[in-house]
Amino acid sequence: MKCWVYDGAMTMIFGIPVQAFLGQLLVGLINGSFYAMLSLGLAVIFGLLRVINFAHGALYMLGAFIGYLLLTRFGIGYWPALILSPLIVGGFGVVVERLALSRLYDIDPLYGLLFTFGLALVLEGVFRYYYGVSGSPYSVPPLLSGGTNLGFMFLPNYRGWVVVASMIVCFGTWALIEKTRLGSYLRAATENPGLVQAFGVNVPLLLTLTYGLGAALAGLAGVLAAPIYQVSPLMGSDLIIVVFAVVVVGGMGSILGAIVTGYMLGLAEGLTKVFYPEASNLVVFVIMAIVLLVRPAGLFGRDA
Amino acid sequence: MTDAAPLLAVRDLNAWYGESHALHGVDLEVFAGETATLLGRNGVGKTTTLRAIIGLIRQRTGQIFFDGKDLMRLPLHRTAQQGIGLVPEERGIFATLTVDENLVLPPIVAEGGMSVEEIFDLFPNLKERRNSPGTRLSGGEQQMLAIARMLRTGVKMLLLDEPTEGLAPVIVQRIGDLLATMKKRGMTILLVEQNFRFASRVTDRFYLMEHGKVVAAFPVGELPDRMTLLHEVLGV
Repeated sequence: MKCWVYDGAMTMIFGIPVQAFLGQLLVGLINGSFYAMLSLGLAVIFGLLRVINFAHGALYMLGAFIGYLLLTRFGIGYWPALILSPLIVGGFGVVVERLALSRLYDIDPLYGLLFTFGLALVLEGVFRYYYGVSGSPYSVPPLLSGGTNLGFMFLPNYRGWVVVASMIVCFGTWALIEKTRLGSYLRAATENPGLVQAFGVNVPLLLTLTYGLGAALAGLAGVLAAPIYQVSPLMGSDLIIVVFAVVVVGGMGSILGAIVTGYMLGLAEGLTKVFYPEASNLVVFVIMAIVLLVRPAGLFGRDA
Repeated sequence: MTDAAPLLAVRDLNAWYGESHALHGVDLEVFAGETATLLGRNGVGKTTTLRAIIGLIRQRTGQIFFDGKDLMRLPLHRTAQQGIGLVPEERGIFATLTVDENLVLPPIVAEGGMSVEEIFDLFPNLKERRNSPGTRLSGGEQQMLAIARMLRTGVKMLLLDEPTEGLAPVIVQRIGDLLATMKKRGMTILLVEQNFRFASRVTDRFYLMEHGKVVAAFPVGELPDRMTLLHEVLGV
């Protein structure tokens, strides 16, 4: 098979200009970064709380909007927003868990799903009422404007930053869960919450903090996304369906699975855009269907 | 036997699994430094008694006093902080935690527990495998780990649910030695056992359970006189 063909001055891969190819791969990597951050939060929440958090997309949207409002109402810029917005969304998550979700643990898990779905509708409805469905732009912070010529392609600095930031966030969360004392409580409580609480660990508090952490991760992803996609009430619902597919492919509750699968499916989407653009919105779901047929527990899931 | 108040006093303990009424008024007392054993056939409520005492079963009525404190009023995670720990029947070793992480998982609730180094001296094979996942250990090693991790916490009393179940005789022997060592260090133990011959080596007192309540209580010295009753109730 001919892989590299010189066509005049332009380098080609599979008959596609290398620039376009790498450009789509980058788009895929950027999307994958958001898939990874969001599915990570979903996986952590599902693992411990057994709640399928349908509000995750809305929390991501909330993060982006808080960043936007901090800037437009209070003149607070991108970098402080990167800290403040996840804190606010995380705090919102803590309140939601304490007031509502924690009352649903003892009954059918469907109620948790219905509640978070309703919460997503309410959040999106509120923002749609005030801001409409058209997006509002959020400009790239000056420090990261412009781009870098990598020789083989032009990389917008902000997109490079998003990829790096998401990898730091994903690795940091993974390390928190796999390598710390707090993380060992979390893993143990995922396996057997009653026994961990009988040992004297305040598991209800752990559940609250976990939902807060998941919400904060979604909020952070929202702020990171604001300069790339527009800030819009529907930005979360557009993304969340794919993110659920990522969680299913990775295996429900698997932290590493969620991260790796997030990047992988982002790249798969990018590659499909190069070779068969019509299928790029479908490819994630095709992969999901294949994985469900071959390995129902997901690529990284433990068989029950 | 002392005149002092018992460390653990359970009176008229009832417990339910949903609609099913599992305990029908259990009464028992365990004094500080003593080992007491709950005997009974499968399904008479021995495990349920331990789970209701520690608070894993919340559908319960009656009185549970530990060290003078009313355990009925405490949320589950505050019970352990009073100084009482559970080694569950299924051992509760966590697959996603290493041996080390399993060992240090239960928070320290009081001074006077063993250090990790002391525990590793007592259980050298746990030290060798400290970085393996907890459930890669053999059944006997998992049981050792389940007991060892409670020794670190400084609890005054352990509820031990069938620690010898399914283990080879040589391991059962070691667990017997371990219980004796713990007792020497002043640990109070409430043991659930099917194997009363094993229990009679370590226990001071027996409580015989049937149909969700205690039907007989006697010190270990009376065991020979109670054999007829035991055979009748245990069906051995």
